[in-house]
Amino acid sequence: MRQGSMKWRYLKQGIFLWVVRIAALIIAAALGGILFFIFVNGIGAVDWTFLTEPPRDSMTAGGIMPAIIGTVYLTLGAVLVAMPLGVTSAVYLSEYARSGPAVRFIRIGINSLAGVPSVVFGLFGLSLFVVYLDFGSSILAGSLTLAILILPTIIGSAEEALKAVPQTFREASLALGVSKWQTVSRIVLPNALPGILTGSILGIGRAAGETAPIMFTAAAFFTTRLPGSVFDEVMALPYHIYVLATAGTRIEETRPLQYGTALVLIALVLGVDLAAIVIRSYIRRKKRW
Amino acid sequence: MRDGDIIVTQDVNFYYGSFRALTGVNISFEKNRVTALIGPSGCGKSTLLRLLNRMNDFIEQTRVEGKVLFEGRNIYDPEVDPVEIRRRIGMVFQKPNPFPKSIFNNIVYGPRLAGGMSRTDLESLAERSLKQAVLWDEVKDILGQSAMMLSGGQQQRLCIARALAMKPDVLLMDEPTSALDPISTAKIEELMEGLKKDYTIIIVTHNMQQAARVSDYTGFFYLGRLIEFNRTGKIFTTPDMKQTEDYITGRFG
Repeated sequence: MRQGSMKWRYLKQGIFLWVVRIAALIIAAALGGILFFIFVNGIGAVDWTFLTEPPRDSMTAGGIMPAIIGTVYLTLGAVLVAMPLGVTSAVYLSEYARSGPAVRFIRIGINSLAGVPSVVFGLFGLSLFVVYLDFGSSILAGSLTLAILILPTIIGSAEEALKAVPQTFREASLALGVSKWQTVSRIVLPNALPGILTGSILGIGRAAGETAPIMFTAAAFFTTRLPGSVFDEVMALPYHIYVLATAGTRIEETRPLQYGTALVLIALVLGVDLAAIVIRSYIRRKKRW
Repeated sequence: MRDGDIIVTQDVNFYYGSFRALTGVNISFEKNRVTALIGPSGCGKSTLLRLLNRMNDFIEQTRVEGKVLFEGRNIYDPEVDPVEIRRRIGMVFQKPNPFPKSIFNNIVYGPRLAGGMSRTDLESLAERSLKQAVLWDEVKDILGQSAMMLSGGQQQRLCIARALAMKPDVLLMDEPTSALDPISTAKIEELMEGLKKDYTIIIVTHNMQQAARVSDYTGFFYLGRLIEFNRTGKIFTTPDMKQTEDYITGRFG
């Protein structure tokens, strides 16, 4: 009897373990499937010419170099704006703000911002940056729009990273007669850096992949010219895919180009992620507690 | 206020929100003596300790009434800079809390930010502080290594050295040995004896033998009030109050 119930318990444990394993496998398989699908369909289109030349023949041939450059500029611009702003806000929320209605209101604002559909950001960017501030459809307007889009991600993860720094570090520093600001800048921020970078990585991925926010604010349908200033329009990878797949002259014929562009976009994002993960784990290894 | 007193509290009340944690505390700490604060958990002894260098400032919704005089000046006066107070009244915490930096950089962290010291100054300061904390011989060859590699007892002595490097007048110790083994505890008690010459020490402890061993004066707290304050010898042999006697003989607490 006792033996039997033990067996049953082991069996239950075994079944549960497999359920969990399979759930994890399904997720991994879905991701792998998507990557594989894009890779197989896209790799044929990707060669040196594809990466280094502008599109030709009404975008049915040639490469996507202007779109690669454009996406890099837009993403870089967005992170350059959103990271200082986001980290500063997170420092305020986590280190300085005393809980009260004002802070609650700010938090609700940030959370709502995270839930806003990206096309709304696009329209907001259009009316504020493109029209009202008269930046035109430009790298500047697009970067600022994307920056607002990724701000909640960066604030959220930076705040979490700051909160994860042990309270005892702050106390130790403050008790030595070190000012609050010095404590934040010398102890808290350096120890939160790996987590802050993680948030920015996620931000980069999101900014690089979004179409709706840039379609009214930065993205050109077609240009062979490389941007000369932040007030120029650029092509961008996600928008280029969208254009080829919906508004191109010969949609079916350009399928390989669409997959090729998608593959380049994914490779770009994964490449950035990978680089940042390496940096992060290097910093993390140096700082242990 | 007696002549040799460095810190005196006058009718101090302290509130966490609407909860009164300390009621009418009048206590004076004599210079170059060790004073122990004892009492059951939640009696307010740690709260009082953290009041003395304004570490309670960082806890939201707290309020202080009364005066805390440090060398005759109320440290809760609006024009007093709490950062300055904390430089002169150092603190060692219950759990060793070294920074994830090298041993050397832990010690010189505070003085370096305070400014005005050359590299050589900092080096001799580090040596002096580590010697005072009786850690120098164990770490003099590994000053560049991470402080996180040290044992718990060594880490706590490092934290003492780090506090001493600010050259404070007073050292507050909040149950400094409660996370340590008996040998490390003995080492820290021993070094406290040596520190008395140059510093005033105020220690919160749960360990009554420790209070009896290291302190000159003892204050017994219960439910946020200072029940009895006297020479340690007197408190532990012939206390005036029944509650004190009950606590030190282990009848409650």
